[in-house]
Amino acid sequence: MERHALSLTGLTRRFGENTAVDAVTLTIDPGQFVGVIGRSGAGKSTLLRLINRLIDPSAGEIVFGDRTVNDLRGKALRDWRRHCAMIFQQFNLVDRLDVLTNVLVGRLAHHGFATSMAMQFSDEERTMAIEALDRLDMAPKALQRAGTLSGGQQQRVAIARALVQNPRIMLADEPIASLDPGNATKVMDALRRINREDGLTVLTNLHTLDTARSYCDRVIAMRDGRVMFDGPASGLTDRVVRDIYGSAGLEEFSESVTSTSIQPQAETISA
Amino acid sequence: MTLTAELTAYPPVSGPSAVAAFERDFATKRRRARVNWAVGSALFLAAFLATAWLGDFFKVTQVTLQDGSREWRWIIPAGLPRLGEYVVQTFPTLRWESLGADLAEWFWRWQVWLRLLIETILIAFMATTLGVIGGFVLSFPASRNLAPNKWVLWICRHYLEIARTVPELVWALIFVFCFSVGPMAGVLAVGLHATGALGKLYSEANENIDMAPLEGVKAAGGTWFDQIRYGAVPQVLPNIISYTLLRFEINVRASSIIGYVGAGGLGQEIRTAMSFQEYTDLSALFVIIFVTVVVIDYGSEKLRHRVIGLGREG
Repeated sequence: MERHALSLTGLTRRFGENTAVDAVTLTIDPGQFVGVIGRSGAGKSTLLRLINRLIDPSAGEIVFGDRTVNDLRGKALRDWRRHCAMIFQQFNLVDRLDVLTNVLVGRLAHHGFATSMAMQFSDEERTMAIEALDRLDMAPKALQRAGTLSGGQQQRVAIARALVQNPRIMLADEPIASLDPGNATKVMDALRRINREDGLTVLTNLHTLDTARSYCDRVIAMRDGRVMFDGPASGLTDRVVRDIYGSAGLEEFSESVTSTSIQPQAETISA
Repeated sequence: MTLTAELTAYPPVSGPSAVAAFERDFATKRRRARVNWAVGSALFLAAFLATAWLGDFFKVTQVTLQDGSREWRWIIPAGLPRLGEYVVQTFPTLRWESLGADLAEWFWRWQVWLRLLIETILIAFMATTLGVIGGFVLSFPASRNLAPNKWVLWICRHYLEIARTVPELVWALIFVFCFSVGPMAGVLAVGLHATGALGKLYSEANENIDMAPLEGVKAAGGTWFDQIRYGAVPQVLPNIISYTLLRFEINVRASSIIGYVGAGGLGQEIRTAMSFQEYTDLSALFVIIFVTVVVIDYGSEKLRHRVIGLGREG
């Protein structure tokens, strides 16, 4: 697989009066595990959608290797989306289809109209799908309806769908925000394993600092559409964090209140 | 400790002033709701009375009484007895001692009627099939949330609108003119109207779907068709089956009347009976259509409930 850097230059997206992403300039090297943090409405989600081109940018450039991505159309655009897989907070699976078919959706970019409409996939593709599911310990559920699975299982199916796309980048939009701590750990571990084993670049939005600290090589913090911090997780000092979340009014910023990890929280509440 | 810190940093707004503010807002809101209700009722009543007046519901007419004298009467009590007169004429003579012969007399054309009944059901079946295909294909570009652009949306919505606004009987007249008398004109007429009606129902089901799965397909590089096929169709399938069965019932009724203008089915017998003043034939045909519709209603309701998951336990 070719390994390219993803670079954003002056990337901007306006919704009416409101600027969701404001002149973001970044370079993401191949194989990095990058976390994007910031409070709700900071533009994290819009940034990811811009990269996958689910949303069109108002200004700026997205370049992957030597390919300009921000003005792709039609087949070339679908091909880019295939290269840059995305997983979502709400998993975005088709509840009424079985897990296997949901994973095979990741192969649609390789299909013509007729085979796609007839839901006809080759044996090789089915093998790929099962192998991807197996990497995430989901192979036994392949024939179940996706809607019957728990949130954590659905997210792992979504990751399998992303894997069969043979992507170069994996975007994850709040992948663990609606999961309990146990499932959240499983999903984050799966992302990290894919990052390490396949050398796949992972760019993920996170809403908890401790997850960012324990998984990410690099953390990008956004506030009001701008990048406020970009560096290793160790650089996230209290002062920086207060700046990002705009919690200057708080005497003491508590990470444990926003955390999803299991241990410390029970004590604080009973105290 | 940390939770306490957060509570003192942002004390909740409460106390007597908050309650007073709520009381004030609530009173305002309730007053507005009452005014809206009064205005709405007045408008409705005015519209209702105006319609009744336009529809001659307040007309007074002259009727001839039994003794030959004439009298002014309000139109509704004046006209109602005539409905009875007509219905009574259609009653067959059935006597207990010769019931078999009387029934045979009542349904004397049963061989013709049975053939036409089968034709009626087949017209409904084929028309439903055409309507489902047309309505299904057009319902996606005719849904606001799925249409690829506003021109396609506009064209599809208006095509469906025209198809369902023109009644089956009028389409039948047009198609009889084009393709001559016979069931084909009926199939096309009922099918076209069903396309419009089903397309509308399907597109409304489409507009209520969860868009997240479609986004998932799109993000994986799927085309618009892939998004519809994988994201939308599985979500609306139970609704589509349910509406289709309901439409089949409606189409059986429609097919039994379009023969009136020569488009096949039992309707042609209704016309013959009326023009030859064979009133008992009318009641016989009514019984046939009624029984057929009841049977099909019952069957399709059972099927529909199974599809949408009702009464599986019962």
